[in-house]
Amino acid sequence: MITDRLANPELVECEVGGVTRASFILRGALAAGAVYGTAAVAPFVSSALGATTDLDILNFALTLEYLETDFYQVKAKTVGLTGVAAHDAANFGMEEAAHVAALTSAIRAAGGTPAPKPTFVFPVKTATEFLGLAYTVENLGVSAYNGAGPLLKSKALLGAAGSIVQVEARHAAAIGLLIGKSPTPSGGFDEAKTMTEVLAAAKPLIK
Amino acid sequence: MTTPSSLREDDEMAPQTRGIVEELVRDDFGRKKFLKAVGTAGAASFGAFVLAACGSSSSTTTTKTSTPTPAPTPAGASVPASFGSGDVGILNYALTLEYLEDQFYAKVVAAKLFSGAVGSLVSEFAYQEVQHVAAIHATVLKLGGTPAAKPTGKFPITTAAAVAKLAYTVENLGASAYLGQAGYITSPDVLAAALSIHTVEARHAATLATLVPGGHVTPTGAFAKPADSATVLAAVKPFIA
Repeated sequence: MITDRLANPELVECEVGGVTRASFILRGALAAGAVYGTAAVAPFVSSALGATTDLDILNFALTLEYLETDFYQVKAKTVGLTGVAAHDAANFGMEEAAHVAALTSAIRAAGGTPAPKPTFVFPVKTATEFLGLAYTVENLGVSAYNGAGPLLKSKALLGAAGSIVQVEARHAAAIGLLIGKSPTPSGGFDEAKTMTEVLAAAKPLIK
Repeated sequence: MTTPSSLREDDEMAPQTRGIVEELVRDDFGRKKFLKAVGTAGAASFGAFVLAACGSSSSTTTTKTSTPTPAPTPAGASVPASFGSGDVGILNYALTLEYLEDQFYAKVVAAKLFSGAVGSLVSEFAYQEVQHVAAIHATVLKLGGTPAAKPTGKFPITTAAAVAKLAYTVENLGASAYLGQAGYITSPDVLAAALSIHTVEARHAATLATLVPGGHVTPTGAFAKPADSATVLAAVKPFIA
């Protein structure tokens, strides 16, 4: 699974506009995906993954955390959540915002520039729809971190990513229980998705 | 009111709940019984374990048993030398913990303390721990190592409330144990496997949190905390015969 991502190591040194192909492509992937569609962008992202830097991964994670934060802190207020669901959304929103803050400072500390926050569009109107999407988004987050984790070169960053993904998994399980879905949708072993797969899944939520 | 509810102790049950939550509520092992049971079951008997799991320094004296202290962890290693070195050592450490979880859940299932939806979840989790044991055992062999011997666990299987609380603690400990090792694993494949198990333990812990009074889905907030092997092994010591 890991070695699949190294399919095109020759692309590692390619440069586009003065930055490595890998970082260029991943930084621009979400924006480009919005313009050209994920299908057009995905192959480039896939090619670049073998050369993914820690900063690329952090910015990739940051984008997902922006999405989750917006979802819980903005969208949640429009769908009429009550009781445990409202309580969870408030808590989880604060936790996602803390992830955004941590990733932003980690990116700055590593000499990088945090990716800009995209505009999100969440196609949900009711509490039920919101929770259904929350379950999808949290599970996607888990698979994104689990897929990207082994690509991180810094052990400190791996520890930080591990600390965050554990919380995403907890969110996913709690939401699952609320909506009658399995807290362990992949059984004994959680899925790991490539960044390409994650970006494709997140694409419909990015304006 | 259509909002789903859960068994979170600080929340009132919604009259109309759905899916598994609904089943949980209807279950004879419901929240109210749970709360009642905890009032009489000696939650304090698990105090030492909980303290140890939280890494409290005072817990070392209260959890001390006749079990020999594991060999010290060599410099640069993350687990005692008795487990082996490198990734094999880490896997054998994980295997030991999974063996204990496996035996614990097997006893819980056999005791038939839980029924309905909770019972199904417990059986599911039990099976997932069996899968973890099998996967880690196979990986140790694949790496040319010798799998750690299966410890004999001893667990206080008393009331449903006490067992749920113990399971919640054990799962949180397991999740923090995996997190504590992530940075020491060298093989990307072993790391990928460990990460995929790590988040399942977290899911178990979060699920059990909804059954335990005072349980928290994210007990340490936005960032989960790792535990080193010395802390974890001290915490599980009372559960090894």
